[in-house]
Amino acid sequence: MENKPRLIQGNRAVAEGAIAAGVDFFAGYPITPSTEVAEILADMLPKNGGRFIQMEDEIAGMAAIIGAALTGKKAFTASSGPGISLKQENVGYAAITETPCVIVNVQRLGPSTGGPTLPSQGDVMQARWGSHGDSPIIALCPISVPECFHLTIKAVNFSEKYRTPVYLMLDEVVGHMRERIEIPDKSEIEIVDRKRTTKKPGEFKPYEVAPGSKIPDFGDFGMGYKNHVTGLIHDETGFPSNSTDQVKKLLDRIMTKFDDHLDDILIYEEIGIEDAETVIIAYGSVARSAISAVRKLREAGEKVGVFIPKTLWPFPEKRLREITQGPCKRIISSEMNYGQLSYEIERIVCKNVEFETALKENGLIITPDELIEKVKGGSVL
Amino acid sequence: MKKELRHLFRMDKLPHIWCPGCGNGIVLRTIAQAIHESPQLDLDKVVVVSGIGCSSRSTGYLNFDTVHTTHGRALAFATGIKVADPDLHVFVITGDGDATAIGGNHFIHAARRNIDINVILYNNNIFGMTGGQYSPMTPQGELATTSPFGNVENNFDIPKLAIGAGATYVGRGTSYHDKLLVSLIKDGIKNRGFSLIEAITACPVSYGRKNKYGDGADMIVQQKENSINVKAAEKLGPEKTAGKTIIGELYNESRPEYNDLYNAIITKMQKGETC
Repeated sequence: MENKPRLIQGNRAVAEGAIAAGVDFFAGYPITPSTEVAEILADMLPKNGGRFIQMEDEIAGMAAIIGAALTGKKAFTASSGPGISLKQENVGYAAITETPCVIVNVQRLGPSTGGPTLPSQGDVMQARWGSHGDSPIIALCPISVPECFHLTIKAVNFSEKYRTPVYLMLDEVVGHMRERIEIPDKSEIEIVDRKRTTKKPGEFKPYEVAPGSKIPDFGDFGMGYKNHVTGLIHDETGFPSNSTDQVKKLLDRIMTKFDDHLDDILIYEEIGIEDAETVIIAYGSVARSAISAVRKLREAGEKVGVFIPKTLWPFPEKRLREITQGPCKRIISSEMNYGQLSYEIERIVCKNVEFETALKENGLIITPDELIEKVKGGSVL
Repeated sequence: MKKELRHLFRMDKLPHIWCPGCGNGIVLRTIAQAIHESPQLDLDKVVVVSGIGCSSRSTGYLNFDTVHTTHGRALAFATGIKVADPDLHVFVITGDGDATAIGGNHFIHAARRNIDINVILYNNNIFGMTGGQYSPMTPQGELATTSPFGNVENNFDIPKLAIGAGATYVGRGTSYHDKLLVSLIKDGIKNRGFSLIEAITACPVSYGRKNKYGDGADMIVQQKENSINVKAAEKLGPEKTAGKTIIGELYNESRPEYNDLYNAIITKMQKGETC
């Protein structure tokens, strides 16, 4: 990878971020608007000693990366809208088996085939609750091409560190827009590998956690551990259990396994929050319009700020609540859907401040002018 | 159980969950026997992958790295495992419903790639674990809980499906012909490519009872009487073998294996050559 400044699209930055993070396996299926991620990794992976396979369908792409991850590989897939819907059963499998993997979702407008080339943020709740049952998930959301690169590395690192599937949620605008990027030197990139057991085969229990930890050590396939991996409720040996006590023990552990690591996992950006009486909350490409709107409004003397969650799940709830206990009197939640994350935000902030939404889902981006109008009390959104 | 096979099983997980008269235990034993008689396999490198259903509970009893995956997807997981680490010896245990209904797409494409995976497909002609619904392998006219007036659908010929899709080793045996199954699985292991062994196994509880085939022992006798070895069948001709199940080695051909081809690309690309 070249280190000099380049003009590249978000999807390429994701692919290059994956290589930089040590991803050595990709399986997927072509779908607009994420296909470039697969195309670029089909070219880059074998040159870097990795492996790429185009599977027969989306479900197989998700299954194959879980299989690859069980052998110790850093495994990666990319898809969009309908493809993500198809992957959901196996995303839950990755969650309950605590198999590290990254799923890139370059969001397009739905439902169903919807608008394949139109931007949307309609998969935010699917990322959180798309697979059946309760399961833990991390979802990251970049707002720029350089951030596509850096958050891809974070996504891979989180998947390894916390043994979990991680979504990287682009929208079509972020995936396809071209921006300047300077890829940092390898020495500046932090790479995290899953913690592997030092126990001998026979002594190792694949889902046993050390005191004070909720993340079990990993034993790669092929090392003699003779692990059993199942999507059934299992005990610390990995074998199925019908005990309702064990159901609670396993679900309690995995549903709270990020709780002690929120300082590491929660990423967000704030502009002009200190004295802002109105705070816009926006993510993905909408955040770019929000930043632009806030700059213009502040130049005009308005006390406006923007809060940009880069980690959508778990949501940075504590920080948002703090903001609403300061000068902030009004929150405007803006997104390209019918208010998916707004429900979550409203739940967090409604007791302290006035809550409004600025929503649009017609395949067009939310513009800075529309947000300015909204802040001023207009109602174009 | 034979002493020589015990180290291949998780003895503490037995007895198995299968119903009285079920043939799955016999088929599972033939897999262990075939692995035991294949000294070229490093047992630490054996991975067995299964889907969902009665047959797919086999992985819990085998003492290897094992994965009990989602319904129909065993071959997709196994493909990921084998592509990620071609040094692993990958087996898939699946059923007629798992592999030819919900997993049909993965089945034909894994065969098409000729990836070096050994599939042992337990065919009991029914969805057993959910209590006896018709599968793509329930014969036309037969009864199941979801075909209370007789099944109107046609069956697959699983070996023909695999051969047509690109498998390079294909055989069929039954739980009666257990020695044949062992030798077919062993030859499948030797094949560098996609191998499919169909193992016909009796489900007296969810299939046999409804169709008045008797108990497990009766159904094993029927397997004997209904089958004819492919070599004998060739001599007798199609008229005399009509309605019989042809067993034995049905296909064996050498073609380039998926990972061998992809490894060559990796080697080339790492040298900086172009294709």
